[in-house]
Amino acid sequence: MLRRRRSLIPYLLLAPGLLWLIVFFVWPLLQVFLASFWSGSVERGYTLSLSNWTNYPNAIEPVLPHVGRSVLYSLTATVLTLLIAYPLAYTIAVRGGRFKNLLLFLVVAPFFTSFLLRTLSWKIILSDNGVIFGPLKDIGILPDDFRVLATPMAVVAGITYNFLPFMTLPIYVALEKIDLRLVEAAQDLYAGPWQRGGTLVGGLVGGVLAAGLSFAFGWPPVIPVVLAILVGAFVGSVFVSEAFVRVTFPLSLPGVFAGSLLTFIPAVGDYVNAEFLGNPDSRMLGNVIQNRFLTQNDFPEASALSFILMAGILVMVLIYTRLLGTEQLTQSRI
Amino acid sequence: MAAGTVTTLQPNGRPTLGVLARLRRLADRYLLFTYTGLAVIYLLLPVAIIILFSFNNPSGRRNFVWQEFSLDAWLHPFAVPGLANAVGLSLIIAFVSTAVATILGTLMALALVRYEFRGKRLTDSLIFLPMATPEIVMGASLLTLFVSLGAPPFFPLSLVTILIAHILFNISYVVVTVRARLSGFPRHLEEAAMDLGANEWQTFWRVTFPLILPGIIAAALLAFSLSIDDFVITNFTAGRTQTFPMFIYAQAKVGVPVQVYVIGSVIFLVAVLLVGLTTLAGRRQAAKDFEPVRTT
Repeated sequence: MLRRRRSLIPYLLLAPGLLWLIVFFVWPLLQVFLASFWSGSVERGYTLSLSNWTNYPNAIEPVLPHVGRSVLYSLTATVLTLLIAYPLAYTIAVRGGRFKNLLLFLVVAPFFTSFLLRTLSWKIILSDNGVIFGPLKDIGILPDDFRVLATPMAVVAGITYNFLPFMTLPIYVALEKIDLRLVEAAQDLYAGPWQRGGTLVGGLVGGVLAAGLSFAFGWPPVIPVVLAILVGAFVGSVFVSEAFVRVTFPLSLPGVFAGSLLTFIPAVGDYVNAEFLGNPDSRMLGNVIQNRFLTQNDFPEASALSFILMAGILVMVLIYTRLLGTEQLTQSRI
Repeated sequence: MAAGTVTTLQPNGRPTLGVLARLRRLADRYLLFTYTGLAVIYLLLPVAIIILFSFNNPSGRRNFVWQEFSLDAWLHPFAVPGLANAVGLSLIIAFVSTAVATILGTLMALALVRYEFRGKRLTDSLIFLPMATPEIVMGASLLTLFVSLGAPPFFPLSLVTILIAHILFNISYVVVTVRARLSGFPRHLEEAAMDLGANEWQTFWRVTFPLILPGIIAAALLAFSLSIDDFVITNFTAGRTQTFPMFIYAQAKVGVPVQVYVIGSVIFLVAVLLVGLTTLAGRRQAAKDFEPVRTT
């Protein structure tokens, strides 16, 4: 009798929370799936029918450019956050010393104020004659008609900024776990500086990045690309050593993957950055879904779009968890 | 990653290489820290702008260009109609959803760490999944559910539907946070209490609970900050109800009043202060609780 009671305890503890998750998370997801097969309107009511599968092609066809933009902007932002976050996480984890906690705190500090206000403040920072571009235009480095605000670049910049901590924390967690004795052992076993490879990798990353940016901005590419290759090559030759390539970096890969997923997921569904910082031609899938649900009340097609988004992300998450488990994802979110 | 020291040892005839080697050593020593400093500035720049522009005195409604210094908004933070209500509502929602989610989540964390039972893996994925769902999908699916139910308290959308949504997305975060604290838990302290004649109930409240309290507080703080700042899910579940982020969103179309920047700054400063205090208190508490235990 006592054993029976004991075995019931975990279910009793779980019941209220689990019930909440099932009723308000699982059921709504099923409901969205059902709603994607609705026809009708809010006023006249909806009827469910399998023949309404046409909602899917009807919904997706006019918004293909938005889907493309969502993927493109989110991927670009994910790559940028990775490039910004890795050295940051590395410094905190490996060389942070007694400033480790303070630095981590500073990384998450932006979360302590409103997401919307932070995004609006990029509108102030990036504005055509604002704190950055105003002075640059005055000295003549930038042409007068140069602008970032209300272009896709601003949207990508906003997403990059807003989700940077999501990339930094998992990489930090992964790097922090590495036993530094492994690195020392590698060095003892003649892992040397790997200057040539580092120069090549650094130059390549710098060059590709600069080429991409100049393409997006419409700059003449020669000067920035050459500069970026030189700087990248120098930085690479200093910081990329054999021990880093063979030990530190492979061990940090789970963090890189977790961070990429945690950045890409909110980015691909985001509509605030595109709305505040972009223009009508830089709207993303999130903007369409929000507009269909809240302004047009077009539930069937909006549900079809949400379901497609959810299914796509679910596939990514499943592949990820099959390969690497959920531990890395949940740990770094604390 | 230390490479600079090795290159200087290599014999080289030309002086330009010497300069490069010296540059390398400098870079190896200072570049990462300089970079980290710049990254922190980048991360905090928008926050600084928010605080700076809370002292602005804009000529029109648009608070985008610096005009002149003014304490006006700080002295009359609620001079904008609707703002006080929105902030109050956000606080109520944050308090209630945090309380409910913290209780539900802590119970779940206890079950998951302490017991082996059938369906544990399924429960795990059910807790993990909401964190991997884009907010827009979560909000949209809740909206669809509420609309298809079509009757009070779910429809029309109201404070209740916002609360349901906020409790939902907070539960997973609470479970994960409390669980992390529980997994490093010194079980023998509980065994000692039981050996000394305490029953399970007494052991829980006198030993277990005080020890996991810092974890629960951390979880509650996280839940509170997620709730008070949530925009996307609230956008879908609020209807005409206006929380603070909803107020900002509505005003963003016509120009955000300076007072909103004041409230944003206050929230930031209070949060920083709270986290600072709990970190200090936690450190002291941890030193008290765990020092003798960790010697094992």
